[in-house]
Amino acid sequence: MEEKKLLEVKDLKVSFFTPAGEVKAVDGVSYELGYGEVMGIVGESGSGKSVEAYSIIGLLQNPGRVIGGSITFEGEDILSYSEKQMQDFRGNKVSMIFQNPMTCLNPVYTIGNQLMEALMCHRSMPKAEAKKQAMEMLELVGINNVEKRMVQYPHELSGGMRQRVMIAMGLICHPQLLIADEPTTALDVTIQAQILELMKNLQKKTQMSIIFITHNLGVVAEICDKVSVMYGGKIVEQGLVNDIFYSPAHPYTRGLLRSMPRVDAEEYERLIPIEGTPIDLLNAPAGCSFAPRCEHCMKVCLNQKPAYTDLGNKHISACWLHAKDAKKEA
Amino acid sequence: MIKYCAKRLVVAAATVLLIATITFLLMNAVPGSPFLSERGQSPQVIAKLEAKYGMDKPLIIQLKNYLVSFAQGDMGVSIKMQKNREVSGIIAEKFPVSVRVGVIALIWAVIVGIPLGCLAAYNRGKWIDSLLRIVTTAGVAVPGFVIATVLLVIFGVVLKVLPTTGLDSWKNYIMPCFSLGFYPMCYTAKLTRSSMLDAINQDYIRTARAKGLSTSKIIFKHALRNSLIPVVTYIGPLTAYVITGGFVVETVFSIPGLGKYFVQSIMNKDYPIIMGTTIFLSILLVFMMFVVDIVYKLIDPRIQLGKGGE
Repeated sequence: MEEKKLLEVKDLKVSFFTPAGEVKAVDGVSYELGYGEVMGIVGESGSGKSVEAYSIIGLLQNPGRVIGGSITFEGEDILSYSEKQMQDFRGNKVSMIFQNPMTCLNPVYTIGNQLMEALMCHRSMPKAEAKKQAMEMLELVGINNVEKRMVQYPHELSGGMRQRVMIAMGLICHPQLLIADEPTTALDVTIQAQILELMKNLQKKTQMSIIFITHNLGVVAEICDKVSVMYGGKIVEQGLVNDIFYSPAHPYTRGLLRSMPRVDAEEYERLIPIEGTPIDLLNAPAGCSFAPRCEHCMKVCLNQKPAYTDLGNKHISACWLHAKDAKKEA
Repeated sequence: MIKYCAKRLVVAAATVLLIATITFLLMNAVPGSPFLSERGQSPQVIAKLEAKYGMDKPLIIQLKNYLVSFAQGDMGVSIKMQKNREVSGIIAEKFPVSVRVGVIALIWAVIVGIPLGCLAAYNRGKWIDSLLRIVTTAGVAVPGFVIATVLLVIFGVVLKVLPTTGLDSWKNYIMPCFSLGFYPMCYTAKLTRSSMLDAINQDYIRTARAKGLSTSKIIFKHALRNSLIPVVTYIGPLTAYVITGGFVVETVFSIPGLGKYFVQSIMNKDYPIIMGTTIFLSILLVFMMFVVDIVYKLIDPRIQLGKGGE
């Protein structure tokens, strides 16, 4: 029997229609997410990881549009939702937390007001009840002195505290899916660790699924069950965390891992950067989008897009090298 | 807070004093004398009149005398337009008329201007935005007397549906209030639009959207309050100007308000009235600036009153 999935994204395509032309920010992304599963989406700036997430929660803004594929949440096609249905869906079944807690809270309303808002909107509960739940949620995310925090304004809180508030806000309606868009990037390292720890604990407690968008591989290793590596609007490699870290198949993933500092590295080992710059999505190459930067680049890579090769145990990778290996073995 | 208010009061008093001094000196720098235009006055009579009103003394003494008696609540008497009538009595009679027209004008300007600005910002680039841009730009560019006169001709003379002069019934208020409020309405809409555009691109608006709030809640709760600062900055001083009456509108519709009287007093060189009305307006202005600062604090809790100057 097939496992029941919370979220299925199939061949999703999102483009931005700019005056300069169509930018294919997300170009054929597919993945599945089970109940209680944590997936990391890794990639550099402009690889389409945030855009992909925004399209799940319907936050794409002009000139961005979903132009193909499907997003199915608990069996329902959310791309066909009306604006009203989407409003009920957002913040209720799926919620999102963002990168910069300093600017993501409205400066002119109190923490309590902003926390209770989603509850009162989705659950239409009386104010007193919403207040009670908001305070419980603040306690859950490790904020002390809740009574006082409720009436404070965002500028009276530290960055780490604000990100906790953002998380509380995301979780307040008990969503089944939380999309975290680089929630630790803007925080300093010790606070990052605390926030990650908190998210891990909350995930265990609530059994929600999380899509964790980041460019920090350390964060992925810490919290995720599986990983999708994105490059140039496509998922180039996908697999369980251990497979990705211990047997990376795609040259881009390997490059990413090599460019990351390791605690157990020998003194003579150096970090190896990935040469070149990210591709210009306005003029995407005909072949593999990573080809111009790839050290293993072959003729075929420049002309034809590689298909996914199944490496077993849900580990897939889109690279012509696998085809070559396969030929060799045969 | 009390300390802050006290500080503001001192600064306000100094500002008004400065305005009074400059007005007094400028007014006297204009050639001529209030009594010159009256025909058939011999130099002796003029000298006598000047002596009666203390205008024969050196300017600086006159200024001192005026300020001292003003501080005691005596604004002097009209020397020409309504001879020997108390200036304070004249203001008390004319000001309420201007206030009635001004407040109505202001209210409609704000309650129409702000939502129109929101509407334009939300529909940025669409036809409704373009339409509003044309209307508001025209409203800001076309002088008040043109609007007032055109209204007067259409509704008062051709269609004869609205009375053209005086303030006897509610119908009399329609045209003056509309013309007086039209410019502020357009300007408010423009200001709201631009600061709203700024606000709706902020991260916290994305957060509000991610929460699943309705569009109207996002615009009117989350974006509007953050975009009101420039609007309040404009409306505060505007209130002082509008409630003291618009000269053009009061002239076109023959409304016996303060604005018209103020301009007439300058033409007639009726010194005490010029001084009285100017100081009255400046006190109102300074007061409105104070109100604006208080409103800032109410809108945005990050603003600290009294820190970092005025």
